[in-house]
Amino acid sequence: MAKAIVNMEHVHFRYGHRKALDDIQFQIKEGDFIGLVGPNGGGKTTLIKLILGIEKPTSGSIEIFGQPIEKFKQKNVIGYVSQKANSFNKGFPATVYEVVAMGLTAKLGIMKRLTRQDKMKIKETVAKVGMLDYLYDNIGDLSGGQQQRIFIARALVSDPQLLILDEPTVGVDAENVEKFFDLLHELNQQGISLLLVTHDIGTMTHHAQQVVCLNKTLHFHGNPNTFSSLSKEQLSEYYGHPLNLVTHQH
Amino acid sequence: MLANFFEYEFLRNTFLTGIIIGIIAPLLGTFIVVRRLSLIADALSHVTLAGIAFGLLLEKKTGAVLLTPFYSGLGFSVIGSLFIERLRRVYAAFQELAIPIIMSAGVGLSVIFISIANGFNTDLYSYLFGSVSAVSRQDLMSIGVIALIVCVVIFVYYKELFLLSFDEEHASVTGINAKTIHFIFILLTALVIAASIRIVGVLLVSSLMTLPVASSIRIAKGFKQTIIYAIIYGEVAVIAGLISGYYLEIPPGGTIVMILILLLIITITVKKIATAFVIRKHRLHDEVSE
Repeated sequence: MAKAIVNMEHVHFRYGHRKALDDIQFQIKEGDFIGLVGPNGGGKTTLIKLILGIEKPTSGSIEIFGQPIEKFKQKNVIGYVSQKANSFNKGFPATVYEVVAMGLTAKLGIMKRLTRQDKMKIKETVAKVGMLDYLYDNIGDLSGGQQQRIFIARALVSDPQLLILDEPTVGVDAENVEKFFDLLHELNQQGISLLLVTHDIGTMTHHAQQVVCLNKTLHFHGNPNTFSSLSKEQLSEYYGHPLNLVTHQH
Repeated sequence: MLANFFEYEFLRNTFLTGIIIGIIAPLLGTFIVVRRLSLIADALSHVTLAGIAFGLLLEKKTGAVLLTPFYSGLGFSVIGSLFIERLRRVYAAFQELAIPIIMSAGVGLSVIFISIANGFNTDLYSYLFGSVSAVSRQDLMSIGVIALIVCVVIFVYYKELFLLSFDEEHASVTGINAKTIHFIFILLTALVIAASIRIVGVLLVSSLMTLPVASSIRIAKGFKQTIIYAIIYGEVAVIAGLISGYYLEIPPGGTIVMILILLLIITITVKKIATAFVIRKHRLHDEVSE
Protein backbone atom coordinates (compact mmCIF):
# COMPACT_ATOMS: atom_id res chain seq x y z
CA MET A 1 0.00 0.00 0.00
CA ALA A 2 1.20 3.46 -0.85
CA LYS A 3 2.65 5.44 2.03
CA ALA A 4 0.78 8.46 3.36
CA ILE A 5 2.51 11.79 2.77
CA VAL A 6 -0.08 13.87 4.59
CA ASN A 7 -2.42 12.51 7.22
CA MET A 8 -5.02 14.75 8.86
CA GLU A 9 -7.03 13.42 11.79
CA HIS A 10 -10.07 15.23 13.20
CA VAL A 11 -8.69 18.61 12.17
CA HIS A 12 -10.69 21.68 13.17
CA PHE A 13 -9.79 25.26 12.38
CA ARG A 14 -11.33 28.57 13.37
CA TYR A 15 -10.60 32.16 12.42
CA GLY A 16 -11.73 33.86 15.61
CA HIS A 17 -15.33 32.71 16.04
CA ARG A 18 -15.77 31.66 12.44
CA LYS A 19 -15.50 27.97 11.82
CA ALA A 20 -13.38 27.37 8.72
CA LEU A 21 -12.77 23.62 8.86
CA ASP A 22 -14.76 21.07 10.77
CA ASP A 23 -13.50 17.59 11.65
CA ILE A 24 -11.40 16.93 8.56
CA GLN A 25 -10.09 13.42 7.95
CA PHE A 26 -7.90 13.51 4.93
CA GLN A 27 -4.94 11.67 3.48
CA ILE A 28 -2.63 12.25 0.56
CA LYS A 29 -0.72 9.13 -0.45
CA GLU A 30 2.30 8.62 -2.66
CA GLY A 31 1.37 8.93 -6.33
CA ASP A 32 -2.02 10.58 -5.73
CA PHE A 33 -3.44 13.18 -8.07
CA ILE A 34 -6.18 14.82 -6.05
CA GLY A 35 -8.41 17.63 -7.21
CA LEU A 36 -9.75 19.80 -4.43
CA VAL A 37 -12.98 21.64 -5.23
CA GLY A 38 -15.51 23.56 -3.19
CA PRO A 39 -17.17 26.96 -2.89
CA ASN A 40 -15.30 30.17 -2.12
CA GLY A 41 -14.81 30.44 1.61
CA GLY A 42 -15.19 26.67 1.90
CA GLY A 43 -11.74 26.32 3.44
CA LYS A 44 -9.63 25.14 0.47
CA THR A 45 -6.86 27.66 1.01
CA THR A 46 -7.00 27.12 4.77
CA LEU A 47 -6.51 23.40 4.26
CA ILE A 48 -3.42 24.11 2.17
CA LYS A 49 -2.06 26.53 4.74
CA LEU A 50 -2.41 23.83 7.38
CA ILE A 51 -0.54 21.29 5.26
CA LEU A 52 2.21 23.83 4.59
CA GLY A 53 2.46 24.65 8.27
CA ILE A 54 1.60 28.35 7.79
CA GLU A 55 -1.42 27.92 10.09
CA LYS A 56 -1.83 25.58 13.04
CA PRO A 57 -5.05 23.58 13.55
CA THR A 58 -7.30 24.63 16.42
CA SER A 59 -7.55 20.96 17.29
CA GLY A 60 -6.70 17.63 15.70
CA SER A 61 -3.43 16.32 14.35
CA ILE A 62 -1.54 16.62 11.10
CA GLU A 63 1.29 14.29 10.19
CA ILE A 64 3.72 14.69 7.32
CA PHE A 65 5.53 11.46 6.40
CA GLY A 66 4.38 9.98 9.69
CA GLN A 67 5.84 12.78 11.79
CA PRO A 68 3.83 15.44 13.63
CA ILE A 69 3.91 18.57 11.49
CA GLU A 70 5.51 20.71 14.22
CA LYS A 71 8.52 18.40 14.21
CA PHE A 72 8.74 18.14 10.46
CA LYS A 73 11.53 20.45 9.32
CA GLN A 74 12.26 19.36 5.76
CA LYS A 75 10.31 22.16 4.14
CA ASN A 76 11.51 21.24 0.66
CA VAL A 77 9.56 17.95 0.37
CA ILE A 78 6.33 19.86 -0.24
CA GLY A 79 6.38 22.21 -3.22
CA TYR A 80 3.82 24.98 -3.44
CA VAL A 81 2.58 27.07 -6.32
CA SER A 82 0.30 29.75 -4.99
CA GLN A 83 -2.56 31.59 -6.58
CA LYS A 84 -0.57 34.74 -5.99
CA ALA A 85 2.31 33.50 -8.10
CA ASN A 86 0.35 35.19 -10.85
CA SER A 87 0.10 38.54 -9.17
CA PHE A 88 3.76 39.25 -8.48
CA ASN A 89 5.22 42.60 -9.51
CA LYS A 90 5.56 42.13 -13.29
CA GLY A 91 8.37 44.66 -13.52
CA PHE A 92 10.53 42.80 -11.01
CA PRO A 93 13.99 42.42 -12.50
CA ALA A 94 14.56 38.70 -12.06
CA THR A 95 15.55 36.18 -14.72
CA VAL A 96 13.90 32.79 -15.05
CA TYR A 97 17.11 31.30 -13.65
CA GLU A 98 17.00 33.54 -10.59
CA VAL A 99 13.33 32.78 -9.91
CA VAL A 100 13.86 29.03 -10.09
CA ALA A 101 16.97 29.32 -7.89
CA MET A 102 14.72 30.81 -5.20
CA GLY A 103 13.20 27.35 -4.82
CA LEU A 104 16.49 26.15 -3.31
CA THR A 105 16.64 28.84 -0.62
CA ALA A 106 15.11 26.73 2.14
CA LYS A 107 17.10 23.64 1.22
CA LEU A 108 20.41 25.49 1.20
CA GLY A 109 19.99 27.50 4.37
CA ILE A 110 21.66 30.77 5.28
CA MET A 111 25.09 31.63 3.83
CA LYS A 112 25.25 28.59 1.53
CA ARG A 113 25.84 29.42 -2.11
CA LEU A 114 24.57 27.40 -5.07
CA THR A 115 26.89 24.51 -5.92
CA ARG A 116 27.60 23.34 -9.44
CA GLN A 117 25.07 20.54 -9.00
CA ASP A 118 22.47 23.05 -7.85
CA LYS A 119 23.06 25.12 -10.98
CA MET A 120 22.73 22.02 -13.17
CA LYS A 121 19.57 21.10 -11.32
CA ILE A 122 18.07 24.54 -11.98
CA LYS A 123 18.71 24.19 -15.70
CA GLU A 124 17.34 20.62 -15.77
CA THR A 125 14.18 21.74 -14.00
CA VAL A 126 13.65 24.64 -16.36
CA ALA A 127 14.12 22.19 -19.24
CA LYS A 128 11.58 19.84 -17.65
CA VAL A 129 8.87 22.50 -17.83
CA GLY A 130 9.94 23.26 -21.41
CA MET A 131 11.29 26.76 -20.82
CA LEU A 132 15.04 26.36 -21.30
CA ASP A 133 15.11 28.86 -24.19
CA TYR A 134 14.00 31.56 -21.78
CA LEU A 135 16.53 30.86 -19.01
CA TYR A 136 18.01 34.36 -18.92
CA ASP A 137 14.89 36.33 -19.81
CA ASN A 138 13.18 38.53 -17.26
CA ILE A 139 10.18 36.73 -15.78
CA GLY A 140 7.94 39.76 -16.40
CA ASP A 141 8.52 39.47 -20.18
CA LEU A 142 6.88 36.02 -20.35
CA SER A 143 3.21 35.20 -20.91
CA GLY A 144 0.94 34.13 -18.04
CA GLY A 145 1.15 30.45 -18.98
CA GLN A 146 4.93 30.59 -19.28
CA GLN A 147 5.23 32.31 -15.92
CA GLN A 148 3.12 29.60 -14.34
CA ARG A 149 5.54 26.97 -15.70
CA ILE A 150 8.43 28.86 -14.14
CA PHE A 151 6.68 28.91 -10.77
CA ILE A 152 6.16 25.18 -11.06
CA ALA A 153 9.86 24.80 -11.83
CA ARG A 154 10.62 26.83 -8.73
CA ALA A 155 8.51 24.44 -6.66
CA LEU A 156 10.05 21.39 -8.36
CA VAL A 157 13.70 22.31 -8.12
CA SER A 158 14.03 21.14 -4.52
CA ASP A 159 12.72 17.65 -5.47
CA PRO A 160 9.40 17.73 -3.62
CA GLN A 161 7.35 14.58 -3.24
CA LEU A 162 4.11 16.48 -3.06
CA LEU A 163 3.22 19.47 -5.20
CA ILE A 164 0.36 21.71 -4.08
CA LEU A 165 -1.13 24.04 -6.67
CA ASP A 166 -3.68 26.69 -5.73
CA GLU A 167 -5.78 27.78 -8.74
CA PRO A 168 -2.80 27.45 -11.06
CA THR A 169 -4.70 28.01 -14.30
CA VAL A 170 -6.20 31.39 -13.47
CA GLY A 171 -5.10 33.80 -16.19
CA VAL A 172 -3.87 31.03 -18.49
CA ASP A 173 -5.60 30.63 -21.86
CA ALA A 174 -7.46 27.44 -22.82
CA GLU A 175 -4.79 26.01 -25.10
CA ASN A 176 -2.10 26.45 -22.49
CA VAL A 177 -4.32 24.97 -19.79
CA GLU A 178 -4.28 21.70 -21.76
CA LYS A 179 -0.48 21.79 -22.06
CA PHE A 180 -0.32 22.60 -18.39
CA PHE A 181 -2.28 19.47 -17.47
CA ASP A 182 -0.08 17.39 -19.75
CA LEU A 183 2.86 18.60 -17.70
CA LEU A 184 1.08 17.73 -14.46
CA HIS A 185 0.35 14.19 -15.72
CA GLU A 186 3.98 13.78 -16.65
CA LEU A 187 5.09 14.87 -13.18
CA ASN A 188 2.55 12.56 -11.58
CA GLN A 189 3.88 9.64 -13.61
CA GLN A 190 7.37 10.44 -12.35
CA GLY A 191 6.05 9.79 -8.85
CA ILE A 192 5.20 13.28 -7.63
CA SER A 193 1.89 13.46 -5.78
CA LEU A 194 -0.34 16.36 -6.68
CA LEU A 195 -2.97 18.33 -4.81
CA LEU A 196 -4.68 20.73 -7.14
CA VAL A 197 -7.16 23.36 -6.01
CA THR A 198 -9.51 24.73 -8.63
CA HIS A 199 -12.89 26.29 -9.33
CA ASP A 200 -13.11 24.49 -12.61
CA ILE A 201 -14.95 21.25 -11.81
CA GLY A 202 -15.14 20.22 -15.46
CA THR A 203 -11.39 20.25 -16.08
CA MET A 204 -10.74 18.70 -12.71
CA THR A 205 -12.95 15.67 -13.15
CA HIS A 206 -11.32 15.12 -16.50
CA HIS A 207 -7.76 15.07 -15.19
CA ALA A 208 -7.56 14.13 -11.51
CA GLN A 209 -7.66 10.56 -10.17
CA GLN A 210 -9.62 11.58 -7.11
CA VAL A 211 -11.85 14.50 -6.32
CA VAL A 212 -12.33 16.00 -2.90
CA CYS A 213 -15.16 18.44 -2.29
CA LEU A 214 -14.65 20.70 0.69
CA ASN A 215 -17.15 23.05 2.26
CA LYS A 216 -16.05 23.33 5.88
CA THR A 217 -16.33 19.54 6.09
CA LEU A 218 -15.34 16.98 3.50
CA HIS A 219 -18.47 16.29 1.44
CA PHE A 220 -17.02 13.99 -1.11
CA HIS A 221 -13.80 12.06 -1.53
CA GLY A 222 -13.65 9.64 -4.39
CA ASN A 223 -13.60 8.90 -8.05
CA PRO A 224 -14.04 11.82 -10.50
CA ASN A 225 -16.58 9.86 -12.58
CA THR A 226 -18.75 9.31 -9.54
CA PHE A 227 -18.39 12.99 -8.74
CA SER A 228 -19.48 14.07 -12.22
CA SER A 229 -22.44 11.72 -12.13
CA LEU A 230 -23.74 13.37 -8.96
CA SER A 231 -27.06 15.12 -9.45
CA LYS A 232 -27.17 18.89 -9.64
CA GLU A 233 -29.20 18.93 -6.43
CA GLN A 234 -26.60 16.85 -4.65
CA LEU A 235 -23.77 19.15 -5.76
CA SER A 236 -25.74 22.26 -4.84
CA GLU A 237 -26.20 20.78 -1.39
CA TYR A 238 -22.44 20.27 -1.05
CA TYR A 239 -21.77 23.80 -2.20
CA GLY A 240 -24.46 25.29 -0.01
CA HIS A 241 -25.95 27.18 -2.95
CA PRO A 242 -27.38 26.41 -6.41
CA LEU A 243 -24.63 25.54 -8.82
CA ASN A 244 -24.23 26.29 -12.49
CA LEU A 245 -21.77 23.73 -13.69
CA VAL A 246 -19.28 24.66 -16.35
CA THR A 247 -18.96 21.58 -18.48
CA HIS A 248 -16.05 21.03 -20.78
CA GLN A 249 -16.24 19.07 -23.98
CA HIS A 250 -13.05 17.13 -24.52
CA MET B 1 41.96 68.26 -12.08
CA LEU B 2 42.00 65.31 -9.78
CA ALA B 3 45.30 66.47 -8.24
CA ASN B 4 43.63 68.60 -5.55
CA PHE B 5 41.59 65.64 -4.44
CA PHE B 6 44.73 63.77 -3.57
CA GLU B 7 46.68 66.69 -2.22
CA TYR B 8 44.28 67.72 0.57
CA GLU B 9 43.25 65.25 3.19
CA PHE B 10 39.68 66.55 3.56
CA LEU B 11 39.13 66.15 -0.18
CA ARG B 12 40.62 62.68 -0.09
CA ASN B 13 38.27 61.73 2.74
CA THR B 14 35.33 63.08 0.77
CA PHE B 15 36.40 61.25 -2.36
CA LEU B 16 36.82 57.91 -0.57
CA THR B 17 33.50 58.35 1.23
CA GLY B 18 31.89 59.13 -2.13
CA ILE B 19 33.25 55.92 -3.64
CA ILE B 20 31.98 53.90 -0.66
CA ILE B 21 28.47 55.33 -0.66
CA GLY B 22 28.39 55.06 -4.47
CA ILE B 23 28.49 51.31 -3.85
CA ILE B 24 26.32 50.79 -0.78
CA ALA B 25 23.52 53.23 -1.57
CA PRO B 26 22.57 51.69 -4.95
CA LEU B 27 23.25 48.16 -3.60
CA LEU B 28 20.68 48.53 -0.86
CA GLY B 29 18.61 50.82 -3.07
CA THR B 30 17.95 47.95 -5.49
CA PHE B 31 16.20 45.99 -2.73
CA ILE B 32 14.36 49.14 -1.62
CA VAL B 33 13.05 49.89 -5.11
CA VAL B 34 11.88 46.36 -5.93
CA ARG B 35 10.11 46.17 -2.59
CA ARG B 36 8.39 49.47 -3.40
CA LEU B 37 9.76 51.10 -0.29
CA SER B 38 11.46 54.03 -2.02
CA LEU B 39 9.80 56.55 0.28
CA ILE B 40 11.11 54.90 3.43
CA ALA B 41 14.54 56.27 2.61
CA ASP B 42 13.06 59.75 2.46
CA ALA B 43 11.28 59.37 5.79
CA LEU B 44 14.45 58.10 7.46
CA SER B 45 16.57 60.90 6.04
CA HIS B 46 14.28 63.46 7.63
CA VAL B 47 14.55 61.67 10.95
CA THR B 48 18.32 61.74 10.51
CA LEU B 49 18.06 65.50 10.03
CA ALA B 50 16.35 65.75 13.42
CA GLY B 51 19.25 63.78 14.92
CA ILE B 52 21.79 66.03 13.27
CA ALA B 53 19.97 69.14 14.49
CA PHE B 54 19.95 67.60 17.95
CA GLY B 55 23.70 66.99 17.75
CA LEU B 56 24.35 70.56 16.58
CA LEU B 57 22.18 71.88 19.42
CA LEU B 58 24.09 69.84 22.00
CA GLU B 59 27.36 71.08 20.57
CA LYS B 60 26.22 74.67 20.77
CA LYS B 61 24.71 74.52 24.26
CA THR B 62 27.35 72.43 26.00
CA GLY B 63 30.34 73.50 23.98
CA ALA B 64 31.67 69.97 24.26
CA VAL B 65 31.53 67.36 21.56
CA LEU B 66 29.93 64.48 23.42
CA LEU B 67 27.97 63.27 20.47
CA THR B 68 28.90 64.55 17.03
CA PRO B 69 26.00 65.32 14.70
CA PHE B 70 27.04 62.30 12.62
CA TYR B 71 26.42 59.90 15.50
CA SER B 72 23.26 61.59 16.78
CA GLY B 73 21.95 61.49 13.19
CA LEU B 74 22.84 57.81 12.97
CA GLY B 75 21.13 57.14 16.30
CA PHE B 76 17.93 58.92 15.27
CA SER B 77 17.92 57.13 11.94
CA VAL B 78 18.12 53.71 13.60
CA ILE B 79 15.42 54.63 16.16
CA GLY B 80 13.26 55.98 13.31
CA SER B 81 13.63 52.67 11.47
CA LEU B 82 12.40 50.79 14.54
CA PHE B 83 9.34 53.07 14.72
CA ILE B 84 8.58 52.56 11.04
CA GLU B 85 8.59 48.81 11.56
CA ARG B 86 6.35 49.11 14.59
CA LEU B 87 3.90 51.39 12.73
CA ARG B 88 3.84 49.15 9.68
CA ARG B 89 2.63 46.38 11.94
CA VAL B 90 0.06 48.59 13.70
CA TYR B 91 -1.34 49.72 10.33
CA ALA B 92 -0.99 46.38 8.55
CA ALA B 93 -3.56 47.38 5.93
CA PHE B 94 -2.04 50.83 5.28
CA GLN B 95 1.66 50.16 5.54
CA GLU B 96 2.68 53.31 3.68
CA LEU B 97 1.05 55.37 6.43
CA ALA B 98 4.16 54.79 8.54
CA ILE B 99 6.14 56.92 6.09
CA PRO B 100 4.31 60.29 6.43
CA ILE B 101 4.03 59.78 10.19
CA ILE B 102 7.76 59.28 10.64
CA MET B 103 8.66 61.90 8.05
CA SER B 104 6.57 64.61 9.72
CA ALA B 105 7.92 63.64 13.14
CA GLY B 106 11.42 64.06 11.71
CA VAL B 107 10.70 67.47 10.22
CA GLY B 108 8.81 68.63 13.33
CA LEU B 109 11.67 67.67 15.63
CA SER B 110 14.21 69.27 13.30
CA VAL B 111 12.33 72.58 13.33
CA ILE B 112 12.20 72.55 17.13
CA PHE B 113 15.88 71.70 17.60
CA ILE B 114 17.00 74.20 14.96
CA SER B 115 15.01 77.05 16.47
CA ILE B 116 16.20 76.28 20.02
CA ALA B 117 19.73 76.47 18.63
CA ASN B 118 18.83 79.91 17.19
CA GLY B 119 18.47 79.04 13.56
CA PHE B 120 20.46 77.86 10.62
CA ASN B 121 24.17 78.07 10.20
CA THR B 122 26.54 76.94 7.47
CA ASP B 123 27.06 73.60 9.13
CA LEU B 124 23.38 72.75 8.90
CA TYR B 125 23.32 73.95 5.30
CA SER B 126 26.04 71.43 4.45
CA TYR B 127 23.99 68.67 6.10
CA LEU B 128 20.99 69.59 3.98
CA PHE B 129 22.69 69.66 0.60
CA GLY B 130 25.96 67.82 1.14
CA SER B 131 29.48 69.17 1.14
CA VAL B 132 32.86 68.37 -0.36
CA SER B 133 34.72 69.48 2.73
CA ALA B 134 32.75 68.01 5.59
CA VAL B 135 34.14 64.50 6.02
CA SER B 136 36.60 64.09 8.87
CA ARG B 137 38.96 61.16 9.14
CA GLN B 138 36.81 59.77 11.92
CA ASP B 139 33.66 60.06 9.77
CA LEU B 140 35.44 58.20 7.00
CA MET B 141 36.35 55.38 9.38
CA SER B 142 32.75 55.12 10.67
CA ILE B 143 31.38 55.12 7.13
CA GLY B 144 33.89 52.41 6.21
CA VAL B 145 32.68 50.26 9.10
CA ILE B 146 29.04 50.83 8.10
CA ALA B 147 29.84 49.83 4.51
CA LEU B 148 31.53 46.67 5.72
CA ILE B 149 28.51 45.74 7.84
CA VAL B 150 26.11 46.42 4.96
CA CYS B 151 28.10 44.37 2.46
CA VAL B 152 28.61 41.42 4.82
CA VAL B 153 24.94 41.29 5.84
CA ILE B 154 23.73 41.47 2.24
CA PHE B 155 26.22 38.77 1.25
CA VAL B 156 25.03 36.49 4.06
CA TYR B 157 21.30 37.09 3.55
CA TYR B 158 21.26 37.65 -0.20
CA LYS B 159 19.04 34.66 -1.05
CA GLU B 160 16.61 35.41 1.74
CA LEU B 161 16.40 39.13 0.96
CA PHE B 162 15.88 38.38 -2.71
CA LEU B 163 13.11 35.85 -2.04
CA LEU B 164 11.43 38.15 0.46
CA SER B 165 11.52 41.01 -2.04
CA PHE B 166 10.08 38.92 -4.83
CA ASP B 167 7.31 37.15 -3.02
CA GLU B 168 6.71 37.47 0.71
CA GLU B 169 4.18 34.64 0.84
CA HIS B 170 6.53 32.13 -0.73
CA ALA B 171 9.26 33.25 1.66
CA SER B 172 7.11 32.36 4.66
CA VAL B 173 6.14 29.00 3.13
CA THR B 174 9.80 28.08 2.82
CA GLY B 175 10.25 28.76 6.52
CA ILE B 176 12.20 32.02 6.23
CA ASN B 177 11.76 34.32 9.17
CA ALA B 178 10.39 37.25 7.19
CA LYS B 179 10.05 39.54 10.19
CA THR B 180 13.69 39.22 11.24
CA ILE B 181 15.03 39.62 7.72
CA HIS B 182 12.84 42.64 7.12
CA PHE B 183 13.98 44.19 10.38
CA ILE B 184 17.64 43.72 9.48
CA PHE B 185 16.89 45.27 6.11
CA ILE B 186 15.34 48.44 7.55
CA LEU B 187 18.25 48.76 9.97
CA LEU B 188 20.70 48.59 7.06
CA THR B 189 18.72 51.32 5.30
CA ALA B 190 19.08 53.57 8.36
CA LEU B 191 22.85 52.95 8.41
CA VAL B 192 23.31 53.69 4.71
CA ILE B 193 21.33 56.92 4.98
CA ALA B 194 23.38 58.14 7.91
CA ALA B 195 26.57 57.27 6.01
CA SER B 196 25.51 59.06 2.82
CA ILE B 197 24.26 62.30 4.32
CA ARG B 198 27.66 64.02 4.58
CA ILE B 199 28.11 63.85 0.83
CA VAL B 200 24.66 64.20 -0.72
CA GLY B 201 22.76 65.83 2.13
CA VAL B 202 19.50 65.00 3.88
CA LEU B 203 17.23 66.20 1.12
CA LEU B 204 18.81 64.20 -1.66
CA VAL B 205 20.04 61.04 0.03
CA SER B 206 17.09 58.92 -1.09
CA SER B 207 17.80 59.83 -4.70
CA LEU B 208 21.24 58.21 -4.50
CA MET B 209 19.48 55.02 -3.44
CA THR B 210 16.71 55.08 -6.02
CA LEU B 211 17.79 56.96 -9.18
CA PRO B 212 20.67 54.60 -10.12
CA VAL B 213 18.22 51.72 -9.80
CA ALA B 214 15.62 53.54 -11.89
CA SER B 215 18.19 53.68 -14.70
CA SER B 216 19.60 50.20 -14.34
CA ILE B 217 16.20 48.51 -14.16
CA ARG B 218 15.51 49.79 -17.70
CA ILE B 219 18.41 47.90 -19.23
CA ALA B 220 19.38 45.04 -16.90
CA LYS B 221 18.43 41.40 -17.25
CA GLY B 222 17.85 39.89 -13.86
CA PHE B 223 18.46 41.01 -10.33
CA LYS B 224 22.24 40.70 -10.00
CA GLN B 225 22.74 42.66 -13.19
CA THR B 226 20.37 45.34 -11.89
CA ILE B 227 22.55 45.71 -8.79
CA ILE B 228 25.79 45.87 -10.78
CA TYR B 229 24.52 48.48 -13.24
CA ALA B 230 23.01 50.53 -10.41
CA ILE B 231 26.40 50.64 -8.67
CA ILE B 232 28.07 51.73 -11.93
CA TYR B 233 25.52 54.54 -12.37
CA GLY B 234 25.97 55.50 -8.71
CA GLU B 235 29.77 55.64 -8.94
CA VAL B 236 29.81 57.66 -12.15
CA ALA B 237 27.40 60.20 -10.67
CA VAL B 238 29.18 60.47 -7.32
CA ILE B 239 32.65 60.90 -8.80
CA ALA B 240 31.58 63.33 -11.54
CA GLY B 241 29.29 65.16 -9.11
CA LEU B 242 31.98 65.60 -6.46
CA ILE B 243 34.54 66.91 -8.93
CA SER B 244 32.13 69.28 -10.68
CA GLY B 245 30.64 70.39 -7.36
CA TYR B 246 34.10 71.23 -6.06
CA TYR B 247 35.13 73.29 -9.09
CA LEU B 248 31.76 74.99 -9.55
CA GLU B 249 31.44 75.62 -5.81
CA ILE B 250 28.03 73.97 -5.67
CA PRO B 251 27.07 71.51 -2.92
CA PRO B 252 27.72 68.02 -4.36
CA GLY B 253 24.19 66.86 -3.47
CA GLY B 254 22.89 69.02 -6.30
CA THR B 255 25.46 68.00 -8.91
CA ILE B 256 25.29 64.29 -8.09
CA VAL B 257 21.51 64.18 -8.32
CA MET B 258 21.38 66.18 -11.53
CA ILE B 259 23.97 63.86 -13.11
CA LEU B 260 21.82 60.91 -12.04
CA ILE B 261 18.77 62.54 -13.62
CA LEU B 262 20.73 63.17 -16.81
CA LEU B 263 21.91 59.54 -16.90
CA LEU B 264 18.32 58.42 -16.39
CA ILE B 265 17.06 60.50 -19.31
CA ILE B 266 19.87 59.23 -21.55
CA THR B 267 19.17 55.62 -20.54
CA ILE B 268 15.44 55.88 -21.19
CA THR B 269 16.01 57.55 -24.56
CA VAL B 270 18.69 55.13 -25.73
CA LYS B 271 16.60 52.17 -24.62
CA LYS B 272 13.60 53.50 -26.53
CA ILE B 273 15.60 54.03 -29.70
CA ALA B 274 17.22 50.61 -29.39
CA THR B 275 13.85 48.92 -28.93
CA ALA B 276 12.39 50.72 -31.93
CA PHE B 277 15.43 49.67 -33.97
CA VAL B 278 15.03 46.01 -32.99
CA ILE B 279 11.32 46.04 -33.85
CA ARG B 280 12.10 47.60 -37.23
CA LYS B 281 14.81 45.02 -37.90
CA HIS B 282 12.37 42.19 -37.10
CA ARG B 283 9.76 43.71 -39.36
CA LEU B 284 12.23 44.03 -42.23
CA HIS B 285 13.38 40.49 -41.63
CA ASP B 286 9.77 39.27 -41.75
CA GLU B 287 9.13 41.16 -44.98
CA VAL B 288 12.23 39.70 -46.61
CA SER B 289 11.36 36.15 -45.59
CA GLU B 290 7.84 36.58 -46.91
